[in-house]
Amino acid sequence: MRKYLSLILALLLSSALVCGCSHIEEDAVEEETTEETEAMTLSVEDPDYYSALKDQNITLNVYNWGEYISDGTDGLLDINSEFTKLTGIKVNYTTYATNEELYAKLKGGGSSYDIIIPSDYMISRMLKEDMLEEIDFSNIPNMKYIMDKFISPEYDPEQKYSVPYTWGTVGIIYDNTVVDEENIDWDILWNEDYADRILMFDNPRDAFAIAELILGYSLNTEDSDKLKKAAEKLTEQKKVVQAYVMDEIFDKMGAGEAIIAPYYAGDAKMLMDEYDELSFVIPESGTNLFVDAICIPKGTKNKLAAEMYINFMCEPDVAYSTTEYIGYSTPNNAAFDMLDEDEQNDEVTYPDDEFLNSHTETFKNLSNEANQEMQNLWTDMKSAEEQTPNRVIVPAFMFLCILLSIITVIRRHIKAKRDIF
Amino acid sequence: MKKLVSAPYLAWMAVFVVVPLLMVAYFAFFEDGHFTLDYVSNVSQYTNIFIRSIWLAAIATAICLIIAYPVAMILSEMDTSYQGTLLMIVMLPMWMNFLLRTYAWMTILGNNGVLNQFFGLFGLGPFKMLNTQGAVVLGMVYNYLPFMLLPIYNVMVKIDKSVLEAAQDLGCNRARVISKVILPLSMPGVMSGITMVFVPAISTFIISRMLGGGGNLLIGDLIEMQFLGNSYNPNLGAAISLVLMVIVLLIMTLMNQFDVDDDKPLI
Amino acid sequence: MKKTSTLSKLYLLLVMLFLYVPIFVLIVFSFNTTKSHSHMTGFTFDWYVKLIHNQLILSSLLNTIIVAVTSAVGATILGTAAAVGINSMKKIPKAITLNVNNIPIVNPEIVTGVSMMLLFVFFAARMNFEFGFGTLIIAHITFNVPYVILNIMPKFRQMNPNIYEAAQDLGCSPVQAFFKVVLPEIMPGILSGLMMSLTFSLDDFVISYFTNGSKAQTLPITIYSMTRRKISPEINALSTIIFLIVIVILVSKNIYERRNAAKKGGKLQ
Repeated sequence: MRKYLSLILALLLSSALVCGCSHIEEDAVEEETTEETEAMTLSVEDPDYYSALKDQNITLNVYNWGEYISDGTDGLLDINSEFTKLTGIKVNYTTYATNEELYAKLKGGGSSYDIIIPSDYMISRMLKEDMLEEIDFSNIPNMKYIMDKFISPEYDPEQKYSVPYTWGTVGIIYDNTVVDEENIDWDILWNEDYADRILMFDNPRDAFAIAELILGYSLNTEDSDKLKKAAEKLTEQKKVVQAYVMDEIFDKMGAGEAIIAPYYAGDAKMLMDEYDELSFVIPESGTNLFVDAICIPKGTKNKLAAEMYINFMCEPDVAYSTTEYIGYSTPNNAAFDMLDEDEQNDEVTYPDDEFLNSHTETFKNLSNEANQEMQNLWTDMKSAEEQTPNRVIVPAFMFLCILLSIITVIRRHIKAKRDIF
Repeated sequence: MKKLVSAPYLAWMAVFVVVPLLMVAYFAFFEDGHFTLDYVSNVSQYTNIFIRSIWLAAIATAICLIIAYPVAMILSEMDTSYQGTLLMIVMLPMWMNFLLRTYAWMTILGNNGVLNQFFGLFGLGPFKMLNTQGAVVLGMVYNYLPFMLLPIYNVMVKIDKSVLEAAQDLGCNRARVISKVILPLSMPGVMSGITMVFVPAISTFIISRMLGGGGNLLIGDLIEMQFLGNSYNPNLGAAISLVLMVIVLLIMTLMNQFDVDDDKPLI
Repeated sequence: MKKTSTLSKLYLLLVMLFLYVPIFVLIVFSFNTTKSHSHMTGFTFDWYVKLIHNQLILSSLLNTIIVAVTSAVGATILGTAAAVGINSMKKIPKAITLNVNNIPIVNPEIVTGVSMMLLFVFFAARMNFEFGFGTLIIAHITFNVPYVILNIMPKFRQMNPNIYEAAQDLGCSPVQAFFKVVLPEIMPGILSGLMMSLTFSLDDFVISYFTNGSKAQTLPITIYSMTRRKISPEINALSTIIFLIVIVILVSKNIYERRNAAKKGGKLQ
């Protein structure tokens, strides 16, 4: 059935591609003329700096979170294409959904990236495992824009390996037409009244943090019993959770599929801009404060270009586009100054220092054992059903299967022989 | 000389099929060069995932069979000039990328999805359909139905029509013709259909992720998690893959039991 | 032949509905003015315009085609040569080879993907190469070759083995004899193997997912990452386009085959 036509399919597809490409050029011209009034234009301090690698035909592999860069809508900068325009360096941009996915992809080996944007605890883990390249800060003059309080952070005490990209807190997004409780706290995510309309983080660290906040533990506890208790708490939550998601939250919350979800403040801001019925709260009992920073992983072949990219990301115009588009808080002074006064005073994105000190805790890298235990508990939790399995079953089952196969093969062999005679 | 031309192929298969499978086995039993049974016995922790996967895949396979068998029969009994066209129409959705087909169900089954709105017209619902095991089974059935249909249909069109007429002449009614003649003769098709649906169904990770909401892990999800997902552990992942291969091997042998007489002509 | 009963027709109709309604829903919402996939708010072609401006989709489409064509051609050459060799093998080596040949077909895709990933990682670390087009094409050839061989082997069985010798008797060198006599005989098998490989490559997600690395995103992988982020109806628009292409191809194929069949029938009469 599928046989004879795929060639035609391929031909058609490629012709569609060619048409598509030619369309782009025409339409791009049109767009420029119509949107000229609104669109932001990029100005950089030192254009010469960016022309150093112009004609070397370099492609930079950038690996970033999904929905974590401005793509040029709303009159903001299309960061990657502006970078290519300015420097002649192409950007191969791919995305991941969680820190752990990024770690697995790097650790698994084989693929090389030039730019990654892990969170704080993942940076210290990668540092410990020698996975990051030291950055030459003389190539990053725009480091001067980074706020002092983000310099030499705990995850990178000597400020050698990372440049802060964004920061924020975690809170609860909820539909205010359905949820009208006062004092929303983390335990609302366990509330059976909202069963099947609650979403939950699909990564172990953020999910465990919520359980730990409820149980009153530190977010960085390595105590095996406490981790187990937290896992139990999460297992208990399973029956009210509709789905474990990351960026799928945008659609599920936007379409009213779910009504309560914990997520990052920046994304919450984006959602609230779009949907009036959504609200965001940072629970009184505290939350996690995170910083995502740009790093260069070991094995990069384009370190200079990568540093140029990092510097570009710190350009005031670019950092402003980033924070405006993705909603996360910026650690860049110049970009912060470009924000409206309302935005600067927004309690959600820029909570004051007193709140940050009293209500938030950052993630630290856990010991290998604790990391391993958390991973195992997480997998157990996700696969949990009532009964506790017996450790012998699977090897026994495998053995049985092999035995059965051998018996069958022998039987068929005998039968075949008999048939011949 | 003739044997030499297949040398590149043999080398290719050795390097890219046999060696990788040996590496899976190596990773499952060795950690940093030391032999260990830890990972394989740790797989037992996930017995419930295995049971769930086998169970859901079995249900999906059964539903596929129930849906596809009559379709194959109806098609094979039709006028030959329509058969080709109709078969094409049935197979056409299968040509769409399977991620897109699964995505379609995501939008249909949601709490505010098209289906619940349809029920809403009659004052019913909303029903919880997405993010359930039922949705996962539905996804499997939808995606793998053609794998069941094609082999059964292929066997059925080859059944000599005069055999059916002979059975009728000898006094069989329609039901008896089906049970005594068509069913036994179509068995090889059914068996290969079952393997062709069961094997991808038991090892899928996309369908359960997109339609199961992340709380209904299947073997495929578990393997993917160990290599590219949230809990990086290639040794455990390799051990799970090994167990999965053994299960598939078992299914294949079981199914092969039924076409021992494969070489004999279909009458 | 007897007529299809009403009940049968009804049953077929229901199955068709089951198969087509999801696709129909996708298509309808590709014209929706908002992102909602449950309420139609208005009609627009915006998502199509956006789609053809989406560099990521266009470049991954190009990657998909490059990988599919290269791997299909590679698999066909490798598989044709192999089939010639296997055909002249003795019974036991032949049986072993054909069994190994079946492994990639029978094995769950995810295991094939994972095993190749382990292999590539092993060599990448030692031979200093990266995941990308190379690994992707190797992986695709590996899962395509078995299908090429399975398509060609029956043609050998149908072929009269004497014609090869006859050609040599008439003065052809073995190579000439192969290209002039054997190749035309097995050509239909080679072509259908090529087509099958192309389709499988174009559509493959699981194995590509484990072997693509950072540089060669194919269309299925892009679609997957699209479904994991904020979903844009561009996906629906893409589905519609793919669906239309599939319909056009299948219908023209059907018409072509019928015409051929009619011609042949005419000649016979």
